[in-house]
Amino acid sequence: MKGKVWKYGDHVNTDVIIPGRYLDDYDLKNMAKHAMEDLDPRFAKDVAYGDIIVAGRNFGCGSSREQAPLALKHAGVGAVVAMSFARIFYRNAINVGLPVIEFDATGMFEKGDMALINMEKGIIVNETSGRTGRFEPLPAFLLEILKEGGLVPHAAKRLR
Amino acid sequence: MTFAQKVLSKASGKEAYPGDVVSAKIDLAMSHENAALVLRSFKEIGAKEVWDPEKIVLLFDHRVPANTTKAAEGHQSVRNFVRAEGLPYFYDMREGICHQVLPEKGHVLPGMLIVGTDSHTTTYGALGAFSTGIGATEMAAVWATGELWMKVPQTFRFNLGGKLEDPVTAKDVILHLIGKMGADGCDYRCTEFVGPVVDAMSVSGRMTMCNMSMEMGAKAGVTFPDERTRDYLKGRTSRTWEPVLSDKDADVEKVFDMDLTGLSPQVAYPHSVDNVRPVEEMAGIPVDQAVIGSCTNGRAEDLLAAERILHGSRIPDSVRLIVVPASREVYLWAADSGILASLVRSGAIVTNPGCGPCLGAHQGLLAPGERCIATTNRNFRGRMGSPESEVYLASPATVAASALKGQIADPREVRA
Repeated sequence: MKGKVWKYGDHVNTDVIIPGRYLDDYDLKNMAKHAMEDLDPRFAKDVAYGDIIVAGRNFGCGSSREQAPLALKHAGVGAVVAMSFARIFYRNAINVGLPVIEFDATGMFEKGDMALINMEKGIIVNETSGRTGRFEPLPAFLLEILKEGGLVPHAAKRLR
Repeated sequence: MTFAQKVLSKASGKEAYPGDVVSAKIDLAMSHENAALVLRSFKEIGAKEVWDPEKIVLLFDHRVPANTTKAAEGHQSVRNFVRAEGLPYFYDMREGICHQVLPEKGHVLPGMLIVGTDSHTTTYGALGAFSTGIGATEMAAVWATGELWMKVPQTFRFNLGGKLEDPVTAKDVILHLIGKMGADGCDYRCTEFVGPVVDAMSVSGRMTMCNMSMEMGAKAGVTFPDERTRDYLKGRTSRTWEPVLSDKDADVEKVFDMDLTGLSPQVAYPHSVDNVRPVEEMAGIPVDQAVIGSCTNGRAEDLLAAERILHGSRIPDSVRLIVVPASREVYLWAADSGILASLVRSGAIVTNPGCGPCLGAHQGLLAPGERCIATTNRNFRGRMGSPESEVYLASPATVAASALKGQIADPREVRA
């Protein structure tokens, strides 16, 4: 996957990823319009399909709301690369089919750089600067869930 | 073995060690409004019926009564499902906040493995259960199969020595710990709270501790059952239970010994929960709103602590004091005991039991530039309304003292 980088700091929490005031609406397109609104009002307007978020420690801390990874996914985000993730966000992201990579890429990207990621091989490339990083790929069964678009399609396929 | 190992070994039918990934049988599964989201995934998976209707508890607390048409539609979809499935434990919007109602109604017992689609599900650890928050999609899998994959966590033990000096309470202790550890300082760990301070703490205070353990990243927080636990459960459940405790020689990753004698009331500064300082460093900051409530601090002893500060005094007109009892039981107690009337006479606005303004849905949102001190659990940017507003977290006594003074105030100085 390949996309433009949006860069954020540590402890990006679920309340700024999707504020509580919008959680009554289960329409994912409406939700995506408010993704990251309280942290970066430009994000939802300018994000393009496949864009990649690069962040610091404890990404997704706070609420268990699955709407957080859903809002990012439906806003077009291709993957989140963070130094570390909060526990529930990490599980939710995989379950809804949003690729998450635990890797400190904050030093190798500036906002707007082009990132290229190979999930299976664990390679991340900054196409703008030419720098390359390596991360531990996810276990095969999690990669499979992601490839199928999340736990629901994965489980539905197994039930059929 | 640690407490976490014991519960997860029993739930998975094999000896579990930290780092192992086990498929665990769930004893209790809780969802609130987001049951609507669970329901959607449950249907999309193609599941036919829930694994055990007796083990699912549902209720509404985040937006009660419904604050928007969309919220009403969400409630409706869950009600229809409950009726169709014949789920016996559905409290609708009658009873209050999930984390208060489940213990009150006797659903939570020591040693249980509990999951809930709410991050503060860690609260039930106060009764000695292993309890953690999960997402809506994995809850759909739990509804369908009764099982969930879980990683067996390492354990951090907090041995809390000394004695708290009134009006310093559990909230001050947990804020202090979060400040020391950081917002991700206990990531993926089971945090055990033991020692004289915890022994002397009410079940209500232990709930506050376990509730906010997740704000330092904990997967679960626990205080171990004792006579207070037994007293709390008496009359709430007729089921028998055995405490599950960590062994003396259990493999605990780290023990933190702390002496809390002399601890000051603590306040978390915006916009992160670990930005904690003693109240004396922040006294004098003006506030527009004060909130007493939430799954963290909306219980009887919390309202009582606030009333003791406010008793007979009137808050200034420049402050809005919003009191949200955590449950109908708490609400009735406050009404019958006269605490409610006293709070209203002091100028409080008392709302129906529920999550209130904590998560920024309704019942007291903040305008740009406004400042609120609250007994709630998160002070993230925009949490309670405008992203340009500020939320400070503190104990009920500190919030009441601040409401009275119109600025962040030390309850030790305000008390009569």
